[in-house]
Amino acid sequence: MKTLKIDELSKNFGTTEVLRKINLEIDEGNFLVLLGPSGCGKSTLLNIIAGLETINEGNVYIDDYNVSKVEPKDRNIAMVFQSYALYPSMNVRENMIFGLKQAKVSKEKIEEQLQKVSKFLQVDALLERKPSQLSGGQRQRVAIGRALVREPRIFLFDEPLSNLDAKLRVEMRREIKKLHQQLKTTVVYVTHDQTEAMSLGTNIAIMNHGVIQQNDTPENIYNKPSNTFVADFIGSPSMNLIKGNLKQSSNQISFVANGSNFEIPINGYEFKEKSNLENKEVYFGIRPEHIFSKKSNEGDFEINLRADLSEYIGHEQIMTFDYENQEVLAKFPSTIKIELSKNTKLYFDLTQISLFDAKTEERI
Amino acid sequence: MQDNIHTSYKQLEQRSKYTNMFLRWFLYLVLILFALYFIFPLYVMIVTSLKTMEEIRQGTLLTWPSGLNFDSWAVAWGGRGYGAGDTFLKPYFWNSIKMVVPAVFFSTFIGAMTGYVLTKWRFKGDQWVFLFLLFGCFIPFQAILLPMARTLGVLGISNSVIGLVLVHTVYGIPFTTLFFRNYYISVPTELVKAARIDGAGFFKIFFKILLPISAPIIVVTVIWQFTQIWNDFLFGSTFSFGEAAPIQVALNNMVLSSTSVKEYNVDMASAIIAGVPTLIVYVLAGKYFIRGLTSGAVKG
Repeated sequence: MKTLKIDELSKNFGTTEVLRKINLEIDEGNFLVLLGPSGCGKSTLLNIIAGLETINEGNVYIDDYNVSKVEPKDRNIAMVFQSYALYPSMNVRENMIFGLKQAKVSKEKIEEQLQKVSKFLQVDALLERKPSQLSGGQRQRVAIGRALVREPRIFLFDEPLSNLDAKLRVEMRREIKKLHQQLKTTVVYVTHDQTEAMSLGTNIAIMNHGVIQQNDTPENIYNKPSNTFVADFIGSPSMNLIKGNLKQSSNQISFVANGSNFEIPINGYEFKEKSNLENKEVYFGIRPEHIFSKKSNEGDFEINLRADLSEYIGHEQIMTFDYENQEVLAKFPSTIKIELSKNTKLYFDLTQISLFDAKTEERI
Repeated sequence: MQDNIHTSYKQLEQRSKYTNMFLRWFLYLVLILFALYFIFPLYVMIVTSLKTMEEIRQGTLLTWPSGLNFDSWAVAWGGRGYGAGDTFLKPYFWNSIKMVVPAVFFSTFIGAMTGYVLTKWRFKGDQWVFLFLLFGCFIPFQAILLPMARTLGVLGISNSVIGLVLVHTVYGIPFTTLFFRNYYISVPTELVKAARIDGAGFFKIFFKILLPISAPIIVVTVIWQFTQIWNDFLFGSTFSFGEAAPIQVALNNMVLSSTSVKEYNVDMASAIIAGVPTLIVYVLAGKYFIRGLTSGAVKG
């Protein structure tokens, strides 16, 4: 049984296609993050799961039950919004029990739930306050509390941390993670922040233009991006994509960058399909953090590149190198001194590379 | 050298002090003149209403009354006590109250409802509905007098307070809708979503969540509608006559139908009585008026 299953789901707003043939499944207790740039349809998908938007095609199943035409209140879900959406005229207590009161739950049960949740989230001292008298973090906590008291099957979070300042955001992120560890409820979480996605999710679905680009564990998303969009979207600075061709001889496969005359051997790379590789146009993907200034692994490939630019950010520095007129970024500890406009020896960790077909932009 | 600079600074300081003082007094003078200009008609009205006809004939507009003589107020309100031809305001005042209270209530309520639907329950073509409603704000009321008279006739409520309530409600809706729509558009739609997930329906969301935070815009709408409807003369004089007339029509009749002598004191007292209710509404709710009008801008 899947806690949540989305089957061939499509959605248009007029003539604009917002979601195209979305398929998703979540197991009980998992934390799924929908990640993507703004306008990719992730919030629409969440609203559809909540029942706040209608569906054009396809179905949504919760616990194998088709809820596509079920009212939001009957879907056994709860949602936390970006603006918290606390009812301004009600105090914290009324806000938290509003849903239970609508559901005609008995007074004793409501009180019991309220006490439990408000103690758990440490808002029990704030019960008589109005939302306007709370700080951002407290509002967020109350919003989560309002969702918790309903004991839903699935928690939906719509960019819940975007309105908080940077420091508080990191704190609340940890709290949400703790919360999930303790309660083990299934969560669907929408964000455009990759750090949030990476640190919270057990699964990440990266979306662009209404299509899921990759749905995988954070490790696979980072290490084995399935196309150039994912490769580019995840990581800061994002993965270097060097344009070039593959060369195949008897038992040797190598990469040659455009305009370059030396080969980078990539025998160790796990190709999905090992045919038709000769002369294939590809992107050679390597993350800035997998380029070193000292040889650290036996298999590291040595290369000489000219340093063009240095960006100092305290604990590290980002250097830009020129590789036959293509920019290559590398991340080093800030203690290393590298002279600009001079050729520098660099070491590529070839176990961490990705290769993409230049035409389809898919991983090969 | 150093001293020279200091003394010249002192001179400059002194000079700017005088300039500022002069400008300030000039400002006060202008303000006082304007205030006098605006208060002058009210002064004349009050003073005249407290004089006897004898005093009015002998004195000028500005002369102070000999005493506090409220006779003309009594006449304006309750008449002289003889039968035919005696018009006084009391019954028409109540007519106006009976007209203005339900008309303000219904137009405000319907406006709030429409504003709520147009912002939080968007439907296909809702912009067109709003556009046509807005159109209602720009229709000159003279243009709809005949069709409206016909409508009231068909409904059998012409020349009645109920008829006027209907007319004012209908022609208030474009304005009240505009007010509430612009207010509700700044209320995050996520509130409505959250309430829907919590299991609240269309009316519950309106009454429990939106209305409790609408006080500022309700005050604005009530003041606006009250003033419009209370001061209306066109609809009142067209769609009612005789006993069903609102106070503004009665005032007009009183002032114009004096047979022999013009009783300025009674006229003035009547005019003040007809204007007092809007003043009271302003005084009671005025401070919310500005707050409500600007609430969208300073929200946060």
